[in-house]
Amino acid sequence: MTISALTAARAGLVSCGTCGLLAAPTSPAAPGHCPRCGARLAARRRGSVETTWALVIAAAICYVPANLLPVLGTTTLGSTEYDTIMGGVVFLFTSGSWPLALIVLIASVMVPLGKLLALAYLLITVQRGSVASNRERTRLYHLVVFIGRWSMLDVFVDTFTVALVQLSPLMSVQPGAGVVFFAAVVVLTMIAAESFDPRLIWDAGTETEPDVA
Amino acid sequence: MTGSVPTVPSGIDNWPEFAGNTETLACPDCDLLQVVPELPPGGKASCARCGRTLATQAADPIERPLALSIAALLVLILANTAPLMGLSVVGQQASTTIAGGAWQMWLQGQELTAIVVAFCAVFAPAAYLLCTLAVLLAARRPPAARWVGELLRWAEAMQPWSMVEVMMLGILVALIKIAELATVEPDIGMYAVGVLMLLIPAIQSSFDPEAIWKRVTWADDGSPPADGAVQADGPLNLWSAP
Ligand SMILES: [Zn+2]
Ligand SMILES: [Zn+2]
Repeated sequence: MTISALTAARAGLVSCGTCGLLAAPTSPAAPGHCPRCGARLAARRRGSVETTWALVIAAAICYVPANLLPVLGTTTLGSTEYDTIMGGVVFLFTSGSWPLALIVLIASVMVPLGKLLALAYLLITVQRGSVASNRERTRLYHLVVFIGRWSMLDVFVDTFTVALVQLSPLMSVQPGAGVVFFAAVVVLTMIAAESFDPRLIWDAGTETEPDVA
Repeated sequence: MTGSVPTVPSGIDNWPEFAGNTETLACPDCDLLQVVPELPPGGKASCARCGRTLATQAADPIERPLALSIAALLVLILANTAPLMGLSVVGQQASTTIAGGAWQMWLQGQELTAIVVAFCAVFAPAAYLLCTLAVLLAARRPPAARWVGELLRWAEAMQPWSMVEVMMLGILVALIKIAELATVEPDIGMYAVGVLMLLIPAIQSSFDPEAIWKRVTWADDGSPPADGAVQADGPLNLWSAP
């Protein structure tokens, strides 16, 4: 694939990350500030790969307790029953609302895992300098950004269940230790997606930035 | 347009001269330089290489999102003050609000989760709407002061964390789960969240950050936007030759 695409980096220009203005950097090493909005200019997000990796790994670690620890405990007449996320899915399924069970399963279990795998795949292909399916990888990146917020679904479900069902001694619901890990997975993967720079996908093979470190 | 190898548009042989010219853009996703001619109202231009939308030309980039964000702020107040749903079991009654949900998580020892919920359900949507409203009001009479750009940056930073539609689905799932155990009824707050869920995407689709940036005074003195800086534009790809 011969690429003769003229990118901003190749032309010695920088696209402002805040307002999108195409600006001429003071020098490649210290690009300076955007003349329009005053933001610091950077040809690529600083430390993008390292930051994204760190956040992905942290999120992957939190993903384990998020799924193993209970997210809700239901106390009925003195005895307490704990439910993990999968337990909640099973509860919805057996109580007949299988479409909801499917939504929660996708949003809470599959989407976070898929996000972690997708980000790891993007990072590895960028580090290897892959030049294949750039367009598809860019689309995958946007899917990760778009879908990330939906994983917060279970945190909201747990919050409003806990808030409403406080009828002790008859019945009360408490949050379990898993909720905070689950929220952490969502927040960390969202920040990870934002710290990844999709332009890195396209940089490989274009011999851009010959003098930029 | 796949497969077309971009070439430098004719007449442009010295790129750095175009720095600062907002009609030449680099794609935020793939960094490809592209020249953006004027777009008709409602027009949209996509990157020749990766397909990302580079610019849109909203038919009415100020007044329409302004009206929508005023409406959304009023609905937001209702959504945050009215009860979401009520529950009754053998004579006992209970109801909750959005903030009440976060507060109950805090009381139950989940302080961190409570903060995340309060941030995504209350703070981020409110900050997004307030910043957007202030930006639009200020941008009605260009040139707008520099703080408008600062607020616009805030609005864009808050946007991904404003999770009204996710919360709406969460409330519904909670409602259906609890309905197995007790009688629950949706209340005004829940309908307000539902309306908000429709209004916020409507604001986002009619809002054009580029149209605002064109009206903001530049950080570097001496390069204010051209008077009435409303030269319509949005990029088109001169790059994909037929
Ligand atoms: Zn800028
Ligand atoms: Zn592109």
